[in-house]
Amino acid sequence: MDHFPTNWGRPRNDAFDAYGTYPIHQRAPVKDTFAEGVQHTQQPIVTGTSVLAIQYKDGIMMAADNLASYGSLARFKDVRRLHAVGTSTVIGASGDMSDFQAIQSILDDLVTDEFTHGDGHDLGPAEVHEYLSRVMYARRSKINPLWNSLLVGGFRDGKRFLGYVDLLGTTYSAPSIATGYGAYIAIPLLRAAVDGKQDQLTEENAKKILHECMRVLFYRDARSLDKYQIATVSAAGVTISDQIQIETAWGFAEGIRGYGAQTQ
Amino acid sequence: MATASVYSGPGFDFTNEVRNNFLTERGIPLPKATSTGTTIVGCLFKDGVILGADTRATEGPIVADKNCEKIHYITDNIRCCGAGTAADTEFTTALISSNMELHSLSTGRKPRVVTAMTMLKQMLFRYQGQIGAALVLGGVDVTGPQLFTIHPHGSTDKLPYVTMGSGSLAAMAVFEAQWKPNMERAEALDLVCAAVSAGIFNDLGSGSNVDACVITASHTETLRNFVKPNERVQKERSYTFRRGTTEWTKEDVRALVVEEDITHITGGRGAEEAMDTS
Amino acid sequence: MPDGSFAHPQQRQFNPYTDNGGTILAIAGADFTVIAGDTRQSEGYSIQTRYAPKVFRLTDRAVLAVNGFAADGNMFVKKVKQRLEWYRHAHAKDMPLRAIARLIQTMLYAQRFFPYYVYNILGGIEEDGSGAVYSFDPVGSYEREACRAAGAAQSLVQPFLDNQIYFKNQKAAPGTSHPTHLPLSDVLSIVIDSFTSATERHIEVGDGLEIYVVVARGRSPQGIEGIRGVQELSAQPNGDRTFILRRELKKD
Repeated sequence: MDHFPTNWGRPRNDAFDAYGTYPIHQRAPVKDTFAEGVQHTQQPIVTGTSVLAIQYKDGIMMAADNLASYGSLARFKDVRRLHAVGTSTVIGASGDMSDFQAIQSILDDLVTDEFTHGDGHDLGPAEVHEYLSRVMYARRSKINPLWNSLLVGGFRDGKRFLGYVDLLGTTYSAPSIATGYGAYIAIPLLRAAVDGKQDQLTEENAKKILHECMRVLFYRDARSLDKYQIATVSAAGVTISDQIQIETAWGFAEGIRGYGAQTQ
Repeated sequence: MATASVYSGPGFDFTNEVRNNFLTERGIPLPKATSTGTTIVGCLFKDGVILGADTRATEGPIVADKNCEKIHYITDNIRCCGAGTAADTEFTTALISSNMELHSLSTGRKPRVVTAMTMLKQMLFRYQGQIGAALVLGGVDVTGPQLFTIHPHGSTDKLPYVTMGSGSLAAMAVFEAQWKPNMERAEALDLVCAAVSAGIFNDLGSGSNVDACVITASHTETLRNFVKPNERVQKERSYTFRRGTTEWTKEDVRALVVEEDITHITGGRGAEEAMDTS
Repeated sequence: MPDGSFAHPQQRQFNPYTDNGGTILAIAGADFTVIAGDTRQSEGYSIQTRYAPKVFRLTDRAVLAVNGFAADGNMFVKKVKQRLEWYRHAHAKDMPLRAIARLIQTMLYAQRFFPYYVYNILGGIEEDGSGAVYSFDPVGSYEREACRAAGAAQSLVQPFLDNQIYFKNQKAAPGTSHPTHLPLSDVLSIVIDSFTSATERHIEVGDGLEIYVVVARGRSPQGIEGIRGVQELSAQPNGDRTFILRRELKKD
């Protein structure tokens, strides 16, 4: 009988320690070639760029383009980064796309769980945001973050909700929010157009403002695409649009030659 | 030879380079320079070019100057906005301004924007980015309105609308959304204000007022503090102190009037020796 | 590690902290306490939101201001509130202020080797009816004080408070002495001026100001009800009373 419980159920390694004597109470070291390869996410791999969202008169609106980049390579050009959760919430993700897909399945499981209770309760945007922020904060506290910046928006019981949560578990809400480069490029435009006017803003105007911001982002964000989707959440529920194409014009510098003293 | 040279050459002095690197390694970093966190912009319009800038200068998170001037004079028809290390932008533009004046005196022609641009980029390239000046250069000369950006390493860009500094993305977003060719003066000035304001309100490195400068073929108009959207509010209390608030440990009253007797001496050799007029 | 050992140190570059700017301060009066914070939340040179509260009402007589890393701050407030609720269920009364202070110390020190990156200031009314301020460092060292500023503009505001509240470097007029406690109106003015000044000179301070005032049971609220934009939060006016006063700050 083997008197070392740590060895029970394991093959004896005759070559290294025929009698399992050293060190006592410790198994022979496992030769795991990949031990050093086990790492937590330290950087995102396939990434999505900005997500934009605003409040408007009847609810909230969110926009994200359809690109997933692999470094500087435009790897996937038909990725859906807006995702409906339940019947009154939509989330939009920038950052690592595989982590986002993990989040999608966590949330879908959550919605299913909630449904099977059959108690008439379902999750609204505020609840989804709270839940997500706990998940994200818990993961950062294990130093094993989900590498995303997420927007959560929705409309329920006559109230709109728009919130942000990222890989650190940082949260906030505001009338207009953007992640990634959008925080630098789109936010100045969105704040000027939306903040303080969110109760008057019509659906048509909201869509127009987001379209303009997506265009500006495509001009200036090198990891963006001229194809995007808009999600609208209002009393009517969640709608995620088909792919929208951005029209662009690049003739602004016609007549300008070179970058310095050149004239021809 | 270990003796230090007594000759002080022109330009920058690099004798402390090795010592400073050593000190940095030992955990004594270089003193932090005032940097102009900054939103600076430039934009072509029908009759010329408009430059714009905010007026906040920062030292880390502290506002060092609430109303500094970032649009520097180069010549009568050329101005230059500076972002980056405040001292570098000020000295670089002042030096090039001086050289432009000498250049136009020696050639007898009205100075051109490309000349200033070439001087600036050649100087900045020579210093390999060590001079932290990021510039927006604009003006109108015999070849028409010209607008450039110059980066600290010496590269340049020629475009119809440009932005620089920490608020450059905010300002550029406004340009990308609203700029169009051949705008009227008023429309272009509004756009420049909107671009700088986007930086002021959305970028923490930029703040306070909007400065602008409109340059046309015939005239240069400096619009210092063109918009002041961030006036300081009235304080709730007055903070004057009663005379005698500050305590002292020792009192020492000295007479500041010194009496002196002056004896006048007339004639003598002393006067002649002092008069050396050769 | 799969075998449960820690033989291979894992190198990671993920930084679990960030600084979200902002400033908080609290001043204790004889029978009231004022706790305030700006409402800007920032990261780097970006404003994330112009309205994110940093000051939270814990009980009828305790208010907590948190500043530093916002995610830690919110989570910490959440956990303190939870512990106070448990206390209420166990003892059928609110936890006294000095006990909340000690609770916060142990909760912070429990995270000694993965700290909450948060500076806490607890303000309220003690059981003897006096105004009190407790200030904490991120790992739980604490002290009762008459006034304290923390956060981004601490180095700007605290010297001002030392001079105006503690009368440091001020000699009293002959035959008089400095008051130990200021009236509420003076304290509110000093708080507002502290924040408008910090907004002028610190880039991370601004947007909005929230001032909580807790007045001891049976004491005069010293005319605070008459101030523009004041809102009372307390349910019954014969107990300790809490008011909130909001002001706009510059947005650049």
